[in-house]
Amino acid sequence: MHLLEVNEMSIQFGGLKAVDDITFSVDKGEILGLIGPNGAGKTTIFNLLTSVYTPTSGDILLNGKSIVGNTTWQTVDSGMARTFQNIRLFKNLSALDNVRIGFHGLEHYSLAATLLRLPSYWRDEKALTQKALAILDIFGLKDIAGVQAQNLPYGQQRKLEICRALASNPQLLLLDEPAAGMNPTETQELMSMIRFVKEHFDLAIILIEHDMSLVMNICERLIVLDYGRIIARGLPEEIKQNQAVITAYLGNPLEEEA
Amino acid sequence: MPKKKIRSYLINIAAALLVFSVVYLALQLGWINSYYRSILILICINSIMTISLNLATGLLGELCLGHAGFMAVGAYTAALISLNSGLSPYLSLTLGILTGAVTAGITAFIVGIPALRLRGDYLAIITLAFGQIITILIRSLGFTGGALGLNGIPLLTDFPLTFWMLIVTMYIVYALIRSRQGRAILAIREDDIAAEASGINVTHYKMLAFVISAMLAGVAGALYAHYQGVLTPEKFDYNYSIDFMVMVVFGGMGSITGSILAAVVLTILPQLLYGFSDYRMLLYSILLIALMIFKPSGLLGQKELSQRVFQRLGRQLWGKKAQTVPAETDIPTTVVDEDTYLTEQGSGDSGVGGSSTRGQENLPVSGTPIAEAEGKHQERLGLDTQGDEPLARKQKGRR
Repeated sequence: MHLLEVNEMSIQFGGLKAVDDITFSVDKGEILGLIGPNGAGKTTIFNLLTSVYTPTSGDILLNGKSIVGNTTWQTVDSGMARTFQNIRLFKNLSALDNVRIGFHGLEHYSLAATLLRLPSYWRDEKALTQKALAILDIFGLKDIAGVQAQNLPYGQQRKLEICRALASNPQLLLLDEPAAGMNPTETQELMSMIRFVKEHFDLAIILIEHDMSLVMNICERLIVLDYGRIIARGLPEEIKQNQAVITAYLGNPLEEEA
Repeated sequence: MPKKKIRSYLINIAAALLVFSVVYLALQLGWINSYYRSILILICINSIMTISLNLATGLLGELCLGHAGFMAVGAYTAALISLNSGLSPYLSLTLGILTGAVTAGITAFIVGIPALRLRGDYLAIITLAFGQIITILIRSLGFTGGALGLNGIPLLTDFPLTFWMLIVTMYIVYALIRSRQGRAILAIREDDIAAEASGINVTHYKMLAFVISAMLAGVAGALYAHYQGVLTPEKFDYNYSIDFMVMVVFGGMGSITGSILAAVVLTILPQLLYGFSDYRMLLYSILLIALMIFKPSGLLGQKELSQRVFQRLGRQLWGKKAQTVPAETDIPTTVVDEDTYLTEQGSGDSGVGGSSTRGQENLPVSGTPIAEAEGKHQERLGLDTQGDEPLARKQKGRR
C-alpha cells in the first residue's frame, strides 16, 4: 500500500480544468518533485491534497483511506502538513508560539483545564514547549524562539514554516517552493535540510520547486505538469532528456524556426 | 504549577487586593461621593464589556457590531429572574448573573452558526442586524415590559461585586489566551488559512471565542440591570455597541489592560464634558480622530501593562544608573527556560488586578538587534516591545 494514492483526480473551475485526470502515488521515505511551468496546476494539487479544494472527480487515499470530503484540519490530523508558496506565518506571534500552534492537534487538555489551570494544563504545556524548542533547535532557530515571526529574516521564516508543519507530526510533508527567494548558498543549505528532515522525521515529501538544481539533486522521482496534465514522469535524468518537458518549458524549436 | 507562576499569581492577586482595598477604603471613609461611586461601578461594567468585545475583535479578529445586544440578553434575563423568582435578593442576583451569561452565550451560538462558518466580515453584518433585532424583539415582547421597559429591579450591584467580576473576566481572558485554545484563537486572527493548515478547527475556535465573549457581555448586562434598576430597549441600541467598539479601538485591539484603560478614560470623559453639553460629542469625536492619527493602534496597541513594565519603570525612576550595559545586551538569549522565549501574546502567566503581571524581568521580548532597536523607544516609555501595526492589518481579507 502506498502512503498517498491519487486516482484520476480532476478539478474544474468553471470552464477551466485546472487539474485534469491526475494519477500518482507517493511511498514512505520518498521525495517526489512536482515541476512545471507557471500555471500548470502544481499549487492546485497541493490545495486538493490538503482538502482546501474538493476534487470534482477522482479520489485521494492517505494510508489507504479516502480523505476527499475532509476539512483541512482533519487532513492535517490524519498526517499531512504543508508550507505555503508565499510564507504564511502567524506574524505577530513568537517563533515558539508558531511551532506550538503547529502542535495543536496533538495536545488534548480541555477548556476546563485551561480556565482552572489544572495539573494537566501545566504538564502538557511544559512538555509541548520542550518539544517545540527541540524542533526549533534542529533548525538552529532556538535562539530566536522569542522573536516575533515577522521580525525574522526571510530564510529563517521559511525554516520556521517548515518547523510549524513538522510540529503536527506528519507522515507526508508538502513543500510549496521552499527555495523561492533564496540565494544559492541558502538553497544549498535548504537542500541538505530537506534531506535531513526526511531521514530524521521519517516522512515522505512532495516538493514544488522551480529551482532545477535543487529539484534534480534531491528528488528521487519527478512529475512534470503542464496545463493541469502530467506530461512526464520518471527519474531526474530521464526528465532532463524528455522532449515533452523541454517543449513545455522552452517551446518547440522547430516551430520557432518555421 | 511552576514556582515562578505561583509568584506571579500571588503578585497579581496582591495587586488586585491593593487596588480594591484602597478604593474600598476611600468609599467607606466617604472620600468618594456617591456620584463618583456610581461612575466607578460603571467603569467596571464597561471594562468587562470592553474586554469581552476585545476577545472577539482584538484577539479573534472578528468584527462584532452588536455587542450591546448580548449585554441586553444578559441584562433582561437577570432582571426578570430578580423580579419574578421570589428568591432572596443575592441568590437571585447570582442566579441572574449565571443565567444571563448562559442565555447570552446561547444567543451568540445561534448568531454565530451562520456567520462564523464563513471567512470575512459576515459576522460584522450579522451582529449588526442582531443588535437591531434584539431591541425590536424586547420592545415587542410582553414579558420584557415592551417599550416601557422593566422597572424596580433591586439595586444590588455595588463596587466590590463589579470589581471582582472584572478581575474574574480578566483572569478568564488571560487564562484562555495562554493556552492551546487561546493560541488557536490568536492563530486564526493572524492567518486563518495557515491556522487551518496547522490542524486548527477554525469554526470551532471562532465559536468558542465568540460564545465566551458573549457570555462575559451577559455578565456585564446582569450587573448593569442591577446597577441601573431600570431597563429600556433603547439603551441597548446600535450606538451603545459602537461605544464599546470605540473603547476597544481606543485601548488597543488585543490589549486587555488597554481595554480597561480605555473604559476608564471614555467613561469618565463624557461625565467631565457634561458642562459643555452642546460640544460634548464634538470633543469626544475630535479626541478619537486625534488618537487614530497619532496612535492608530490604540493607547497600548497589542501591549499589556504588566509587572515587567512597572519593574522597568521603577528601575528608570529610582536609578540603577550605574548599569552601563544597555538593557538589550545583558539579555540571555540562549537560556533554555520556557519563560525566556515568551513574547507578549503567549507569555508567562496571567495578569489580574489594576496592574497585570507577566513573567520575570530581564527577559527578552524580542531578541534580534533590529527588533530591539525598534523597541528601544517603547522601552524608554516603559512599554513592552511588540509589533505596533495599524488597525487595518487586523481586519481580515487576506487571500
